[in-house]
Amino acid sequence: MAQEKKGFSHDLIERNTLLLIVLTLITVSIGGLVQIVPLFTIESTIEKVDGVRPYSPLEVAGQSIYIREGCYNCHSMQIRPFRDEVERYGHYSLAAESMYDHPFQWGSKRTGPDLARVGGKYSNDWQVAHLVNPRAVVPESIMPGYAWMKDRPLNYGDISDVLKTLRVVGVPYTDDQIKNAKADLEAQKNPDGDTAALMKRYPKAVVANFTGNKTVTEMDALVAYLQVLGTMVDFTKYQSPKQLQQ
Amino acid sequence: MTSATLTSGATLGSQRVSEDVRYYEDAIRLFVIAATFWGVVGFLAGTFIALQLAFPALNLGLEWTSFGRLRPVHTSAVIFAFGGNVLFATSLYSVQRTCRQFLFGGEGLTKFIFWNYNIFIVLAALSYVLGYTQGKEYAEPEWILDLHLTVIWVLYAIQFAGTVMTRRESHIYVANWFFLAFILTVAILHLGNNMNVPVSWTGMKSYPFVSGVQSAMVQWWYGHNAVGFFLTAGFLGIMYYFVPKRAERPVYSYRLSIVHFWTLIFLYIWAGPHHLHYTSLPDWAQTLGMTFSVMLWMPSWGGMINGIMTLSGAWDKLRTDPVLRFLVSSVAFYGMSTFEGPLMSVKPVNALSHYTDWTVGHVHSGALGWVAFISFGALYFLVPVLWKRSQLYSLRLVSYHFWTATVGIVLYITAMWVSGIMQGLMWRAYDNLGFLQYSFVETVAAMHPFYVIRAMGGVLFVIGSLIMVYNLWRTAKGDVRIEKPYASTPHKAAVGAA
Repeated sequence: MAQEKKGFSHDLIERNTLLLIVLTLITVSIGGLVQIVPLFTIESTIEKVDGVRPYSPLEVAGQSIYIREGCYNCHSMQIRPFRDEVERYGHYSLAAESMYDHPFQWGSKRTGPDLARVGGKYSNDWQVAHLVNPRAVVPESIMPGYAWMKDRPLNYGDISDVLKTLRVVGVPYTDDQIKNAKADLEAQKNPDGDTAALMKRYPKAVVANFTGNKTVTEMDALVAYLQVLGTMVDFTKYQSPKQLQQ
Repeated sequence: MTSATLTSGATLGSQRVSEDVRYYEDAIRLFVIAATFWGVVGFLAGTFIALQLAFPALNLGLEWTSFGRLRPVHTSAVIFAFGGNVLFATSLYSVQRTCRQFLFGGEGLTKFIFWNYNIFIVLAALSYVLGYTQGKEYAEPEWILDLHLTVIWVLYAIQFAGTVMTRRESHIYVANWFFLAFILTVAILHLGNNMNVPVSWTGMKSYPFVSGVQSAMVQWWYGHNAVGFFLTAGFLGIMYYFVPKRAERPVYSYRLSIVHFWTLIFLYIWAGPHHLHYTSLPDWAQTLGMTFSVMLWMPSWGGMINGIMTLSGAWDKLRTDPVLRFLVSSVAFYGMSTFEGPLMSVKPVNALSHYTDWTVGHVHSGALGWVAFISFGALYFLVPVLWKRSQLYSLRLVSYHFWTATVGIVLYITAMWVSGIMQGLMWRAYDNLGFLQYSFVETVAAMHPFYVIRAMGGVLFVIGSLIMVYNLWRTAKGDVRIEKPYASTPHKAAVGAA
């Protein structure tokens, strides 16, 4: 559309493909840059909290299974600061609590309940029974059963590579933790063994033979992961910024 | 390959191509067939997982058939397989005509894109079922498949932008602005959200660079703009070509198309944080997300008004042309869900709606009503043209498809509104002693009837799409159904007489 007026005319953009492309790229870049870049630079984005540690090797393996099975499609891990959510699930979620989650597991839907603080809420036996057949323990549940997972051996030959990769993307695993990854993974499954080194490297890790199998199974890993969720921060000692102001 | 009859002396903009010019159409036909096929697959997958929520025994106790693994199959099948093939077909069909130019790089490149894209789709779906996933919604394919898609997308961008650059029209038509914005932005989003480090070069597993709160922001920057650019800007490109073509009317307002194009692509990219209200994402980001989401209402309705008002002077065609009815209804659904979206992005509303089925209902009013309906309209338009038939096999069957699918959508979204709002209210209900009134699983049990109704809506939508498959197949064969034609209206008759 030719315009008689002087000054800018959209006509110019409509005739010049490169100009249209460049202007479009600029236009669609601004919002993302403004919202994403400061999250890496503003220090208060992630609270300084004691207790949050990288996942133990068995928990890392469990998280992989959690992701593989698409659990995040139906379960959130993000408690909002509302009275009903705090009463139902516990203290609202802190950014620090998911800082070692690559990727985040906040989810977007609660077809099932939030799992941000499910750790320790139920016994290991309950978790296993529930995963095998959810309706055996919660009759109204619509969750799929995972009976096949109970006895399937966990594939953890590459567990130290996994920890190394996580270190590349920013999880502060020490050389010591990477070197002992396989031993730590097996130790967490064996309550009768020596777990002192494991517990020193990964405080609050839940040690148990979750499924009762001799070998480490996929469900052992998954339950170990579920049982640590939300338990790392001691909220009797944590003061939120708002509490500090009061 | 179709014959090329462009005159060799044609120069940019000045010379008209002769009327009988035939553009590259073999590859477009492949995209149309694939879109139709994946549409049915995606709708079936959606209906199946909807039934799993109503009847959990349908998870079958097998690792490959659980809801968690099949849900990404459904979302990828409808968004990337169905929607993607529709976008390839329509954009590569219309860009040739609006630029009066063959596809840049030749039809071989188009076929290369076709086969690679559809192989990518099959591999992605297989990988989810077998348990390989990045675990990010709408970005599930693992790193090796992401690389494959990157190559395909770059080639697509070169072919499309190259065609626009070598056009024989002086101006770039508005549909092509939207297609270009869609292609470029999806490329940025795909790269930005898939920055991963593989555990080993021979394995599928990888970990993304970003974690926690940054990971959430990047994911929903991607996720919301997959909606904004893949499912909106791209499909607005379809609207700007196919609605005026089918209605035989010019676009309603040229000025409105400029204003709403730039505001839409500028504002959309900011809206991601409304998926993260009241989370550990800092408040400033949430507030920005909400503010821009509300502002986004305006350019969205600018597009809707421009699409619907293009029928000015041709409203009577809605009675006699069910294909146009699909196209126009899709724009009306677009208007509805782009009103609902800003509403749900307001924090107090989101406090109720988030994590519930209301979100699922909202997505489907856009996905079924807008994306699928405009795709159906475009497919019904394209098949007779591409297979060189004078008309569709049956307009009556198009109308049956329209009403079956519409009733399906109404069942779907009303069921999800009721279940979503009900569940949100049950979660926050207190009894008169000050205790939470419902356990979580009581709210799950209350969802059951609505999950059944929703699945029935899905079944109707599948039936409608099967009617379409039959109709398109008979059209391609060259059959014409003997049926009562749609009567032209008295208004039209009067014009004809004058």
